[in-house]
Amino acid sequence: MRLVEHLPALLVVVPLMAAPVCFVMRRPVAAWGISLLVSWSCLAMAVGLLALVMQGGPISYLLGGWAAPWGIEYRVDALDAFVLVIVAAIGAIVALAAKRSVEHEIPEERRYLFYAMFLLCLCGLLGMAITGDAFNLFVFLEISSLSTYVLVGLGRDRRALTAAFRYLVIGTIGATFYVIGIGLAYMMTGTLNMADLAVRLPDVAHTTTVQAALAFLVIGIGIKMAAFPLHLWLPNAYAYAPSISTAFLAGTATKVSVYVFLRVVLGMFGGTGLLKAAAVPDLLMVIALIGMFVGSAVAIWQADLKRSFAYSSVAQIGYILFGVSLLSTTGLAAGIVHLFNHALMKTAIFLALTAVFMRTGSVRIDALAGIGRRMPLTMVAFLVAGLSLIGVPLTVGFVSKWYLIQAAVEAGVWPAAVLVLLSSLLAVVYVWRVVEVAWFHKATEATMKVTEAPLTVVVPTWVLCAAVVWFGLDATGTMAVARTAASFLSQGIAP
Amino acid sequence: MNETTLVLLAILVPLIGVVPIVLADRLPNLREAFSLITAGLLFAVVFSLWRLVDQGARPEVVVGEMLPGLPIAFSVEPLGMLFALIASFLWIVTTIYAIGYMRGHHEKHQTRFYAFFAVAIASTMGIALAGNMLTLFIFYEALTISTFPLVTHAGTEQAKRAGRLYLGLLLGTSIVFQLLAIIATWIIAGTLTFADGGILAGKASDTVVAVLFAIYVFGIGKIAIMPFHRWLPAAMVAPTPVSALLHAVAVVKAGVFTVVKVTVYVFGVDLLVGIDGAVWLQWLAAFTIIAASIVALTKDNLKARLAYSTISQLSYVVLATAVLAPQSVMGAALHIAAHAFGKITLFFAAGAIMVASHKTEVSQLAGIGRRMPWTMTAFAIGALSMIGVPPTAGFVSKWYILQGALDAGQIVAVATVVISTLLNAGYFLPIVYAAFFRKETADGHHHEHGEAPWPSVLALVVTATGTVILFLAPGAMLELAGAVIGRS
Repeated sequence: MRLVEHLPALLVVVPLMAAPVCFVMRRPVAAWGISLLVSWSCLAMAVGLLALVMQGGPISYLLGGWAAPWGIEYRVDALDAFVLVIVAAIGAIVALAAKRSVEHEIPEERRYLFYAMFLLCLCGLLGMAITGDAFNLFVFLEISSLSTYVLVGLGRDRRALTAAFRYLVIGTIGATFYVIGIGLAYMMTGTLNMADLAVRLPDVAHTTTVQAALAFLVIGIGIKMAAFPLHLWLPNAYAYAPSISTAFLAGTATKVSVYVFLRVVLGMFGGTGLLKAAAVPDLLMVIALIGMFVGSAVAIWQADLKRSFAYSSVAQIGYILFGVSLLSTTGLAAGIVHLFNHALMKTAIFLALTAVFMRTGSVRIDALAGIGRRMPLTMVAFLVAGLSLIGVPLTVGFVSKWYLIQAAVEAGVWPAAVLVLLSSLLAVVYVWRVVEVAWFHKATEATMKVTEAPLTVVVPTWVLCAAVVWFGLDATGTMAVARTAASFLSQGIAP
Repeated sequence: MNETTLVLLAILVPLIGVVPIVLADRLPNLREAFSLITAGLLFAVVFSLWRLVDQGARPEVVVGEMLPGLPIAFSVEPLGMLFALIASFLWIVTTIYAIGYMRGHHEKHQTRFYAFFAVAIASTMGIALAGNMLTLFIFYEALTISTFPLVTHAGTEQAKRAGRLYLGLLLGTSIVFQLLAIIATWIIAGTLTFADGGILAGKASDTVVAVLFAIYVFGIGKIAIMPFHRWLPAAMVAPTPVSALLHAVAVVKAGVFTVVKVTVYVFGVDLLVGIDGAVWLQWLAAFTIIAASIVALTKDNLKARLAYSTISQLSYVVLATAVLAPQSVMGAALHIAAHAFGKITLFFAAGAIMVASHKTEVSQLAGIGRRMPWTMTAFAIGALSMIGVPPTAGFVSKWYILQGALDAGQIVAVATVVISTLLNAGYFLPIVYAAFFRKETADGHHHEHGEAPWPSVLALVVTATGTVILFLAPGAMLELAGAVIGRS
C-alpha cells in the first residue's frame, strides 16, 4: 500500500504519538518544535486529503483492515476534508505564534504540558472529523475535551481553574448525553457505523428509544458547540484560558462540534423524518436567531475583550446554525462556509488580542487606549478581522452573510433575513468601540511605553488576515467545497 | 493604451498614489506634489477613457469571479463616465485647495488625510465604473469606510460622535436594506449586471418590484433622504476639503448616482412607469427638498447651512429620477454635474473664509466681500447655481428637470422645484447681499485679513468658472447625460 492511502490514519496517529513525546521530553523549546512540525504536516495531509476527495469522491479507510460496519471506518467526504483543513490550518497558525505567547503566559515548568495538550487536542479534533464511527467519535470527543480542560486551566489567572472546572462539568454532561444517545441508537440498530446507522435508523424511527436518542444527541452536541442557551461554559473558558489556547479553541473546538451536529443529527437522523416531526429545524432557527442577538448584545457590554469576543462566538455559532436550520443546500453551504470563514477571522482576532496581552498585560478595553498608534500592525490586523465580523465586502464575513441571506430569501423567510442583517449591526458596535478606544483615546502612561508585538505573533495574525481577504475576494473555491458538502448532506434528508 | 488598461488604471492610479504619499510623510512639499501628480494622472486616464466612450466604445472588464457566478466587473456607460470625469477633475482642484487650507489651518496628520482621500477617490471611481451591482456595493462600502478617518480627522469628542452617526447610518442602511435588495435581485433575476432596460422586467410581480425598489432607495443612505439624512450635517466636522469634495461631490453623488443607476439599469424606467412604483418617492423627495431648505434657513453656521442645502439638492436628483420621464432622468444626470461644481465652490468659499477670517457663522459675514472679493464673487456664482438662474450650470439642469416633469404632468414635482427655488434664494442671497453691501460689524471676532492662501483662492476661482462654463458650453455634459436616456 502506498503512503497516500494511509493519510486518514496518519492524520490522527501523528499528533497522537507526538503528544507523549512532548510529555516525556519536558523541554519547552523542543516540545514547541515538535508541535510546529506535527501541526504543519497535519495541515499538508489535510490539504492533500481535500484535494483527493474533491477529485475522486469520498475515501473510505478501514482501520486495521476490519471491514465496516464491524471494524472502525474512517470516512472522508468533502465536509470531513473541509473541517480537517480548518482544524489543521488553525492549529498550524497557532503553533507558529505559540512560542512567545506561551513563554509570556505559562510558567516554564508547565510549558511542555501546553504543547502536549495542544497536540492531543489537535488529534481529538481531527479524529472527530475523520471518523465514520459514532462511538469512535465519542472517544476522540473525550480526547479533545479532556485536553481542552487542561488548556483552559493553564491560564495565569486563578479564575481559569474554576472556568476549566465548570467547563469540565458541563462538557462531561454533554459528552455523556452524546454517548447515551449513541447507546440508544445502537440498541435499536446494532451498529455504530454512521453510514450504516443512517440506513437502519429510518426503520425504527417510530420507537421512543430512537426519538429519545435524537433528543439526547441534540442536547449533548448543543452543549459542546455552545449553542445558545447551552453556551454558559464558553465565555469564562475563553476569557481566562491562556490567550493562545483561546485563539486555538475559538477557531476549532466549536466548529468541530457543529460538524458533529451536521454528521450525527442531520446525517444519521436526516432520513428518519424525525427532524421535521420534532420541529428541529424550527427550533434551531429560533435559538439561532436569539443566539445572534443575545451573543452580540452581551458582547457589547463586556469590559474584557476576550469575553466580548467569546460572546461574539456564541452569536456566530447562531449564524452557522441559522444556515443549517434552513436544511436547503444553500443554507447548509452557507453554514459550512461560515465554519471556515469564522475560524479564520475569530482566530485572527484572538491572536491580535494575544499580542495585545503580551504587551499591555491586559485585554480590558480601557487598557487599549491609544494603542492603535503604538501597535499599528496588530491593531490593523484586528481591524481587518473585525470588519470581516461585521461582514464588509472583500472579507470572508461578507461571503458568509451573502449566502445566509440568499438562503433565507430563497426559503421565503424574509423576516429572518432582516433579523440576520440587523444583528450584524451589533457587530459594528462591538468592533467599533475597540477601534475608537485604540485610535481616538489618548494613550495613557502605561500604553505610551508599549511597542509592537514580536513578529512571531504578528506574522501569523497577518497570514490569517490575508486569508480573510483572499477568500473574501475569491470565494469560488471555498463555496465549491461547501456546496459539494451541503448537497451531499441535503440529499440524505427526508423531505 | 487599450480600454481595459484604462478602466483598471482609473481605480489603481489613486490606490498606487497612496504609497508615495505615505512614504513622503516628513516632506510635505513632496507629499503634496505626489497628491497632485496622482490626481493629474487620474484625470488624464479618465479623460482618455471619455475620448473612447465618446466614439461609442463601451469598455467592459471582468476582473475575476468573487462568488460563484458573480464577478467583479466594470463597464463604462455615459452616466458613470460623467460622474468619473467630474470627480477626477474636481480632485485636482480640491488637492490644490487642500494645500492652502490644511497648511493655513495648521491641521495635524496631513499625510493620513491625503492618503485616505486618495483611497476615497479610488472607491468613487469604482462606483462610477462598476459593471454590476455587487461591484458597486463593494466600492460603496469601501467609500464609507475610507471616508471615516477623514470625517473624524480632528479626533475630538464631537468628531467621534459624528463618526458614529456617519458609520451607523451609512453602514446600517447599506447592510440592512441595500444588501438585502441586491441579494433578492440576484435570486429573482439571476444576474446583477447592469443592462439597458433593466434586468427585472417580467421576472417578478408588481408588488415585489415596488417593494424591492423601496428597499433599494432606503438602502442607499448616501442620498441623505429623510429620515436617513442626519449623517451629512454631522460629517461637516471634517476639514473643509473633505466637506467640499466628498460631502458635496463624491460621497453624496455616489448615492444619487446609485439611485439613477438602479432605476435605469436594474429596474428599467419602463418597468417602474408601468407600476407607478416611484410616485411615493416623488413625495418623499419633495418633502426632503422643502424640509431641508427650511432647516437651512434656520442655520447660522455656514457649513451647516450648506449641508442642509446639499440634502435638499440631492433630493432634486432623486425627485427628477422618480418622475421617470426621459427628460427628467437626463436632468437628474445633469444635476449631478451642475450641483457638484456649484456646491464645491460654496464649500471652498466657506473654508477660505474660515482660514482667512476664522469666521464660521453667517451672521458674521457682513462686509466680508470687500476683504475677500474673489472668494465672495465665487460664492455668489455658486449660490446662483444653487438657485438655478443663468448664467450658471444649475439653470441647465433645472430646465431639464422641469421640462421632464411638465411633460409627464407631474405637478408635485413642478411645484416643489418652484417653491424650493424661492427657499434657495431665501437662504443664499442674504449672505451675498450682506457680504457686499453691508458694513462690517466690529465685534470680538474682528481682525484684519485679506484673501485665504492663494492655492485655495485659485481653486475656488476654477470651480466658479467651471459653473459658468457648464452653462455657456454644456455640449459634452448634455451629450453624456443624453446618452443615459438613449439619445445620442
